[in-house]
Amino acid sequence: MNRLLIKNGQLLDPASGLNARGDLYIENGCIAAIDTAPENFSADQTIDAEGLTVIPGLVDLCARLREPGYEYKATIESETIAAAMSGITTLCCPPDTDPVIDEPAVVELINHKTAHAGHSNVLMLGALTTGLRGELLSEMQALKVAGCVGLSNGRHPIASTLVLKRAFAYAANCGLTVFIEPDDHWLSAGGCAHEGTIASRLGLKGIPVSAETVALARALEIVAETGVKAHFGRLSCAASVNMIRHAKDNGLNITADVSAHQLHLTEFDISGFNSACHVLPPLRSRRDQEALQRGLADGTLDAICSDHQPHEPDAKEAPFAGTAPGISALATLLPLAVRLADRGIVDIETVIRAITSAPAAILGINAGSLATGASADICIFNRDAGWQLDASSLHGAGKNSPFMGWDFQTRAEHTIAAGILIHSRAD
Amino acid sequence: MVNKASRPTDSLIGHDAWNIQLDENGRLKHFLTVEGLSTELLVSILDTAESFANINAQSVKKVPLLRGKTIANLFFEASTRTRNTFELAAKRLSADVLNVNISTSATSKGEILMDTLQNLQAMQCDMFVVRHNASGAAHYIANRVAPGISVINAGDGSHAHPTQAMLDMFTIRRNKGNDFGRLRVAIIGDVLHSRVARSQIHALNILNTGNVRVIAPKTLVPAGIEDMGVELFHDMEAGLRDADVVIALRLQKERMQGALLPSEQEYYRMYGLTRERLRLAKPDAIVMHPGPINRGVEIESCVADGPQSVILEQVTNGISIRMAVMSMALGRDPGTVQSEKA
Repeated sequence: MNRLLIKNGQLLDPASGLNARGDLYIENGCIAAIDTAPENFSADQTIDAEGLTVIPGLVDLCARLREPGYEYKATIESETIAAAMSGITTLCCPPDTDPVIDEPAVVELINHKTAHAGHSNVLMLGALTTGLRGELLSEMQALKVAGCVGLSNGRHPIASTLVLKRAFAYAANCGLTVFIEPDDHWLSAGGCAHEGTIASRLGLKGIPVSAETVALARALEIVAETGVKAHFGRLSCAASVNMIRHAKDNGLNITADVSAHQLHLTEFDISGFNSACHVLPPLRSRRDQEALQRGLADGTLDAICSDHQPHEPDAKEAPFAGTAPGISALATLLPLAVRLADRGIVDIETVIRAITSAPAAILGINAGSLATGASADICIFNRDAGWQLDASSLHGAGKNSPFMGWDFQTRAEHTIAAGILIHSRAD
Repeated sequence: MVNKASRPTDSLIGHDAWNIQLDENGRLKHFLTVEGLSTELLVSILDTAESFANINAQSVKKVPLLRGKTIANLFFEASTRTRNTFELAAKRLSADVLNVNISTSATSKGEILMDTLQNLQAMQCDMFVVRHNASGAAHYIANRVAPGISVINAGDGSHAHPTQAMLDMFTIRRNKGNDFGRLRVAIIGDVLHSRVARSQIHALNILNTGNVRVIAPKTLVPAGIEDMGVELFHDMEAGLRDADVVIALRLQKERMQGALLPSEQEYYRMYGLTRERLRLAKPDAIVMHPGPINRGVEIESCVADGPQSVILEQVTNGISIRMAVMSMALGRDPGTVQSEKA
């Protein structure tokens, strides 16, 4: 019934090879046609996308909504609105809520709240081990039936390699992808910055590159042995990019992502004890950053995620190491991604693929495309908006961003999820 | 499409960290770290301390420079020597002193820090002298105090202990003269956890010291230490050779727990500053230690108490340096100071 016409936009969809000016006809929540109106089509709503770019709605592989358990930081309502305003139509939240997403009841609770909020879609990863304690397997099949799209233990350690192996094997048995944030807990424990000159000068406990590569090497071996489909997220080191490239060359069924801030910030940004730049994994060296950018350009890294972690103001009010790590990052995902293309680091098609069709494929969902028949999840952005990030433009509950005061060009103007306009910027 | 996206400041290392120490005229406002300060400023701290040293040698050791000013010593971490010398320095400058010892064992350190600050600001203090076990605590406080308040870092985590470094420079200058360029200085021990060593390294390099060496086992050296302008030695004998100044650092007992070292005995065997090893340094080399000393762990008793040791002189000099830094940060020119008439 809700028929939508988006006219005169620059349609850009790397998944279907589309990059042309045209009109998009939307009907019954799906893309009905491109350029030529379907028979008897009369739009209930028309969006003039003259001068704007039309891409599939963004799919964010890692965003914490803080609900249940941390509602003082953010809620499903506040963050799904923020996602919609940022052009993100689907986001995937890790299982480290309180209670942990390790049983169907928690999945149902989040689904209920999401449906009620009615903004962007929310997908979930179930806990790989009960309570994320790294000891016992969660009821993976039950989590799958409840709707979890994959499994993860986040940055919570699994001490026993045998438990890790059995968890991966059982996940493979359930046909679920494991999402791995490689971190050797014992090498990184207590650390808050990249082990290097900057951390040494500031007297901050460093997290060595080996904290990531040791865990990555261990996981890669177990992935190869169990045959589980695996995704490696939030990679931060040049060495990790090489290891992923090598494993892919050897035919391993893996994918990988990098968070947007790692492509734009380095260890230098924590100088002055800037707690807004306290993230895990830590901001690394310039050499690592360049390797991550190259990895994205050559397809070693498939996707860019926000790694959204909203916090209440007090969480960042302490000397550096005592602050909570994380960035409120939904609003900067699109602008930071497109900024890579604007600066000539990665071409625009690769950038758009990395925030739309690639993460959709990793999650195994029907999204991230503008092809006829695809779900009408769409982001319409202005690539020449010229705006400055401030607290109000962060949209969500958390105002913790190291990009405060940065000048950006790209801004989401309209967001459509399943054919419904869920955001339109008021000028 | 022309991309205009840019960050507000393409800052150099620590740009933000350092400039908050100086006021609009480039004068010392806070003293948080030695890093990034100019040679001229460090020399002027040393010169100012020299004028206070003369006062400290007199029978009446008080000057009215900071009369009416209130200085709060905020010690979130235990300290005897540093707190005492700060207190003495403030009193000799005629300031009123408030000692606040705050346990950090309480649950939320961040909240306590802010609450404590706000309370003390309400008492209209002019200066906070801060010691805290978290690196960056002094910066954190300096960024949040009211504009009129100065913050002096009395040690923050493993980051900095600038007054200790300056009293060490003062001690070196008094013993070895003004020309640091011809000096070879060896710092021995747990540099990884040492705020003293970090500040010393910066100060020595800013004063253009000829050769700054660090001697330590691989487990007690922070990554990239060479980038701070030091020559790194793991072999004690090689590192000590021809040194003019030998600084031993305190070894904390808890280092054995973290598997950083096997035992105190083994450390002493490899890195203890013994009389025998000291012979490798120049015959007139001075021996320093920030205290408190672990005799028989990082230094042999006869070296600590020997003719080359200036360890107690360091303590005395600590008062002059702290008087200098406090008076400079509170904008008082000590050029014409005289002790009060008895």
